[in-house]
Amino acid sequence: MLYSEKVMDHFEHPRNVGELADADGVGQVGNPKCGDIMKMYLKIDGDVITDVKFKTFGCGSAIATSSMATELIKGRTIGEAMGLTNAAVAEALDGLPGYKMHCSVLAEEAIKAALADYYKRQGKPVPDSLKLPCEDEEHGGCCACGH
Amino acid sequence: MKHTMIYADHASTTALSPAALEAMLPYFTQGYGNPSSLYAFGQQAKSDLEEARGAVARCLNAKPEEIYFTSGGTEADNWALRGVAELAALRGREGGHIITTAIEHHAVLHTAQYLEKRGYQVTYLPVDGEGLVDPAAVEAAIRPDTILISVMAANNEIGTIQPIARIGAIAKAHKILFHTDAVQAVGHIPVDVEAWNVDLLSLSGHKFGGPKGVGVLYMKKPLRLPPLIHGGGQEKGRRSGTENVPGAVGLSAALTQAVDNLPAESARLVALRDQLLDGLSRLPYTRVTGSRTDRLPGTASFVFEGVEGEALLLHLDARGICASSGSACSSASLDPSHVLLAIGLPHAIAHGSLRLSLGPDNTQADVDAMLKEIPAVVHYLREMSPVWDREAQKPTWIV
Repeated sequence: MLYSEKVMDHFEHPRNVGELADADGVGQVGNPKCGDIMKMYLKIDGDVITDVKFKTFGCGSAIATSSMATELIKGRTIGEAMGLTNAAVAEALDGLPGYKMHCSVLAEEAIKAALADYYKRQGKPVPDSLKLPCEDEEHGGCCACGH
Repeated sequence: MKHTMIYADHASTTALSPAALEAMLPYFTQGYGNPSSLYAFGQQAKSDLEEARGAVARCLNAKPEEIYFTSGGTEADNWALRGVAELAALRGREGGHIITTAIEHHAVLHTAQYLEKRGYQVTYLPVDGEGLVDPAAVEAAIRPDTILISVMAANNEIGTIQPIARIGAIAKAHKILFHTDAVQAVGHIPVDVEAWNVDLLSLSGHKFGGPKGVGVLYMKKPLRLPPLIHGGGQEKGRRSGTENVPGAVGLSAALTQAVDNLPAESARLVALRDQLLDGLSRLPYTRVTGSRTDRLPGTASFVFEGVEGEALLLHLDARGICASSGSACSSASLDPSHVLLAIGLPHAIAHGSLRLSLGPDNTQADVDAMLKEIPAVVHYLREMSPVWDREAQKPTWIV
């Protein structure tokens, strides 16, 4: 198999798919050119992420990493979500093939983008750790594949 | 629940046909002699090998001595390109010019790139939106130092059949060697090396019910390319290595059967294929890739906007359907297929490609099941896609 059982489980039965109409933070990363786009919706109460939804256009591992990332931050504090790394997402899925690691990077960045949006909506300064390396680029998203 | 597997990836590989299996079996344990051995047991293998060669030649309208068995289509393509380049060099013409197309299989493309690194110049001709090469563009690309034209007979991803006879006539008029990678064509459409005016033609056994690991390079007499594989001098000194007798016999049996059945089987496949093309292209923001008229009988190919190909394949697999995609994510590369880009598809759309390639085992029931399952998976993936507008049922992107 190309993917671990966990990846296949999250791909075939993704958790938290959808949108949140009353989201407190929304972030989208990726680029149609690369074939991966993730959009994360966060509902935040005080310091706690009370609900998360995602929509993803992408391959099996892009969908699985989105799903796993939502599970890892749901019910957690903003601080905990900020500390989520792509390696942790990949590890929770029992690993990804090397050339699919950029999907887990995208999942980490989607969460960061949604948190950054939350800070902006709150009128608070966006912490440096939430700033994405290519945030200001024309395509408006971040992408690890070089396009 | 996973029902019986529907195999719709015959352009990738096929099952060994029962006739090929039956023909091959005796050569593993009984007729296993080495064709180079002098004793009768070896000479029997030699004569059986030659019989297989003769049958392959008849299927291509070639002469038996023009048929060289190889390890497959890839070796045949490598040999054709590198052999012509080396032949030109041996004749004192270093760094000649090769004309090929942007949509060739990697066996040709990567060999052409290898030759570029060694001082040869290569023109990669563009194709139109249906994947067709313009013969006039081939002629216009010819230079005084052109040593080879290599154009595939039919494309593996989109099924477009090229005007090989017209290109062959141009090559002949200009006295330039002409190679065609006919791996997807042989056994599926009529192939005639004389009518096509080809000097070199590659084919692969496992694309038409033959075994894997055996192919053929047809080399028109009196052309004699220097060998790619050196050794004991088998295949008239052109391709060394103990002959794969069961492979050659199996390839020959499968090809003979495919060519005998071709008119009836291709009509059957066209009818099934057209149901897929018509049925699936009715989905919104979906298009057929390749030509509707100049198309392999069994190949149906599409792009679905707002859907990524690998995710589509994995969901189809879960429903028991084996298909393939030229999406980046279905391979280790991050770019979508060079063929889909060459027919002018934007990256974003090329990521959503699907190829269904039908073969002898596919039935009307398979087509009915695919026409039910594929739209359901496309719909499901679009519903979870951030680039799909659920209200308007269209992609949110402008590409």
